[in-house]
Amino acid sequence: MNFETVVGLEVHVELKTKTKIFCGCSTEFGAPPNSHTCPICLGHPGVLPVLNKQAVEYGMKAAMALNCEIAPITKFDRKNYFYPDSPKAYQISQFDKPIGEHGWIDIEVNGEKKRIGITRIHLEEDAGKLTHSEYGDYSLVDFNRVGTPLIEIVSEPDIRTPEEAYAYLEKLKAILQYTEVSDCKMEEGSLRCDANISLRPVGQEEFGTKTEIKNLNSFAHVRSGLAYEEVRQAEVLTDGGEIQQETRRWDDANKKTILMRVKEGSDDYRYFPDPDLVDFHIDEDWKERVRATIPELPDARKARYESELGLSSYDAEVITQSKAMAEFFETGLSYDAPAKQLANWLMGEVNAYLKTADKEIGDVPLTPEALAKMIGLIEKGTISSKIAKQVFKDLIEKGGDPEKIVKDKGLVQISDEGEIRTMIIGILDQNQPSIDDYKAGKEKAIGFLVGQVMKASRGKANPQLVNKILLEEIKTR
Amino acid sequence: MSLLEQSVQALHKQLREKEITVSELVDASYKRIGEVEDKVKAFISLDEENARNYAKQLDEALVGKEEKGLLYGLPIGIKDNIITKGLKTTCASKLLGNFEPVHDATVMGKIRSSEAVMIGKLNMDEFAMGSSTENSGFFRTRNPWDIDYVPGGSSGGSAASVAAGEVLFSLGSDTGGSIRQPASYCGVVGLKPTYGRVSRFGLVAFASSLDQIGPITRSVEDNAYLMQVISGYDNMDSTSANVDVPDYLSSLTGDVTGLKIAVPKEYLAEGVNEDVKNKTLEALKVLEGLGATWEEVSLPHSKYAVATYYLLASSEASANLARFDGVRYGVRSDNDTNLIEMYKESRSAGFGDEVKRRIMLGTFALSSGYYDAYYKKAQQVRTLIKKDFDDVLADFDVIIGPTAPTTAFKIGEKVDDPLTMYANDILTIPVNLAGVPAISVPCGLSNGLPVGLQIIGKHFDESTVYRVAHSFEQSTDHHKAKPQL
Repeated sequence: MNFETVVGLEVHVELKTKTKIFCGCSTEFGAPPNSHTCPICLGHPGVLPVLNKQAVEYGMKAAMALNCEIAPITKFDRKNYFYPDSPKAYQISQFDKPIGEHGWIDIEVNGEKKRIGITRIHLEEDAGKLTHSEYGDYSLVDFNRVGTPLIEIVSEPDIRTPEEAYAYLEKLKAILQYTEVSDCKMEEGSLRCDANISLRPVGQEEFGTKTEIKNLNSFAHVRSGLAYEEVRQAEVLTDGGEIQQETRRWDDANKKTILMRVKEGSDDYRYFPDPDLVDFHIDEDWKERVRATIPELPDARKARYESELGLSSYDAEVITQSKAMAEFFETGLSYDAPAKQLANWLMGEVNAYLKTADKEIGDVPLTPEALAKMIGLIEKGTISSKIAKQVFKDLIEKGGDPEKIVKDKGLVQISDEGEIRTMIIGILDQNQPSIDDYKAGKEKAIGFLVGQVMKASRGKANPQLVNKILLEEIKTR
Repeated sequence: MSLLEQSVQALHKQLREKEITVSELVDASYKRIGEVEDKVKAFISLDEENARNYAKQLDEALVGKEEKGLLYGLPIGIKDNIITKGLKTTCASKLLGNFEPVHDATVMGKIRSSEAVMIGKLNMDEFAMGSSTENSGFFRTRNPWDIDYVPGGSSGGSAASVAAGEVLFSLGSDTGGSIRQPASYCGVVGLKPTYGRVSRFGLVAFASSLDQIGPITRSVEDNAYLMQVISGYDNMDSTSANVDVPDYLSSLTGDVTGLKIAVPKEYLAEGVNEDVKNKTLEALKVLEGLGATWEEVSLPHSKYAVATYYLLASSEASANLARFDGVRYGVRSDNDTNLIEMYKESRSAGFGDEVKRRIMLGTFALSSGYYDAYYKKAQQVRTLIKKDFDDVLADFDVIIGPTAPTTAFKIGEKVDDPLTMYANDILTIPVNLAGVPAISVPCGLSNGLPVGLQIIGKHFDESTVYRVAHSFEQSTDHHKAKPQL
């Protein structure tokens, strides 16, 4: 039987407000445990929450960037559950009047465009972090994270493949980073994702029973987890079995999902409106003020790069995937770097380095100005592309001015025909067998001779001139 | 006349003239506590050392005749659900028996700024759930008029301590009548302010949408002084109202000429004791004599008030009290094999029966499948009840009726009959649901026990409530009656 996969994603994103959503504590990541706490976020008896307006505006901004309708009146509700990560034993969240609904984002997989619906976006407070002892004899609670503002973004079950899920997450992250409401750093937990997946026979309208996958620590894990679960469910169904509604965790070491718990019915969180907070109204003026702060988003920027700069769809996609990269690119352009070459360097050498070093573009000493200047040196013929790679290595590792590096290291390309000719004559004099081979029709002998010249010039000889003069000199022999 | 039987004005004048010292006043307070506390049992904890040191400090600092606020140096008691920095705040619950707050409630900060002297923390029904102070997790407070009777609740300690002359005045909290009903039972004056008038920050929440802190005193004038200090917007409380606070004292004109009073027929209906009904009618006559007029009206939805209240208040309480899970407060069960069992055992051991009853009721009302029928329906009815009050108060200045259907009942009489106990709040609960202000003032004795008259006003119109209460009080001698202990 052929199955169709149905995936829905729940993404939690921490908003990068300076302070928590209901108190004045800092939201800074990495502070000593329980140092960013106060009676309010610790839920001491008698305290009350006061809503951080910035969190609401970031939530509105995110919702608008994701094409959601903004609720004219919204409110907060209490979600009740007992767990030591929740000091009040309820989480302040939004139940029936989320700040945004009915949004969407466009993704592209293998050249095919697709629109993925966003059911809702709501604001809530984050919980604390539990650390369990290795031997299971105690657990430690860190309440620094309690009260950090979150938005939960729930997708429609529109996603059909693990690849689409991956593309959705990449696009979501790009949009949120562009709007600057979140860092979206999965490694710091500022973006977290749970995935729901079910299978149904092709053509069937009704959804199959879904499982939820947790512990997905990167987009790649989401993709792998879904791919694994897709196969697992198909096997169970093909064997005539039934999928249980259950929560599974992704075990990345063993590349499989493992059963955590079976869900019996749905959890009853006994949501009700939080009487400590008042309903708030979002009028057109407020919406417009927030909308005005949304910058050009990845899709618009991508389209502009294609139409105005002539970048290919693929290049424009890669460059606009992260805001930092796109900003780097645009600054580079302002230093007169040709768009295509600049894009090639960013997508090639720069991205390769960042990936290996596990860094972001903002974390390296390379500046857009330096890269643009270096490309300028190649264009002018001052250095060869090969030499440029050496210069680039310096720039991205240590920074500096490319002209100075070229000068200090004596890397300027030799383009003096006389100088090159002298070098070539010397090489030819010592390599008669290669000349013979060439004349006998062994074309690749020329490659060896070019190599010898480049070696003698320590890579600095202009390769085009070397080729031209070499052929001229061989003819004379 | 003992020092603490005098008025705020009188004591203030004597302190300013240096005829008495703060230390003498504080001493009088602790002396009285020493004499009668065995019988009354109003206090959960006393802050004697700090109070005496503070009194001394105030006395030494007063060099000449500096201007001082009216509450300067006056002994006050605080209900034990209002948090006090460094002094344990128990809510009369074993579960919170060792909770020492790290900061003051907003009202406590205001009290300290006023330089009143905090004498101690007052007994109550556990987490303010009850109408007799019999639900205290520690001990029962008794009515100073007859110690076989309850003082009312939940602010039983606050009312009894004032009636017994242990402190000059006190703060209570009122969710469904918890200031007015004990004030009525103990023959003192108690105001439940408009919801949002007094900050709830630092009041351990029972039902957040209903709770208000308010003053309990022996006279309306004293009540207005204390109210003046604790009123006002607080940016730490989102439900606090940014509404100007008038000068309450200037409303105490004694003039009620032309005042239009509404008397709901539901407030003099079956279930209201004959004597209480008669005292209310006598009070209306007094006001008529002063130039007011009254008419019978109806608050048709008030018959649903008790049911509505117990659904809403309990629902909110079930979440508000969830934080008391044994992890951080009170006694934690030593069952360390299982988290859920630890929660269950800690909460089972820590909470009293009434609190458990309401947590269960609230949890049920919010549960999936029941929410619409209970919580949501109750919210809708609440809107109707509020509308009843708005409609009547559009045509009248105040609504008047008894505070409670009976006078104080005997200790133990209703403790095993929660429904009868709940019905006792039938005349006070609608006021909390509507969010309007109301005061209870003494209007006579019935079989030696005080009867309270309830005067209900418009939103944020405590001034008119005070004006009417003051006019009535000054035209009668009811407030001069004192319990013999």
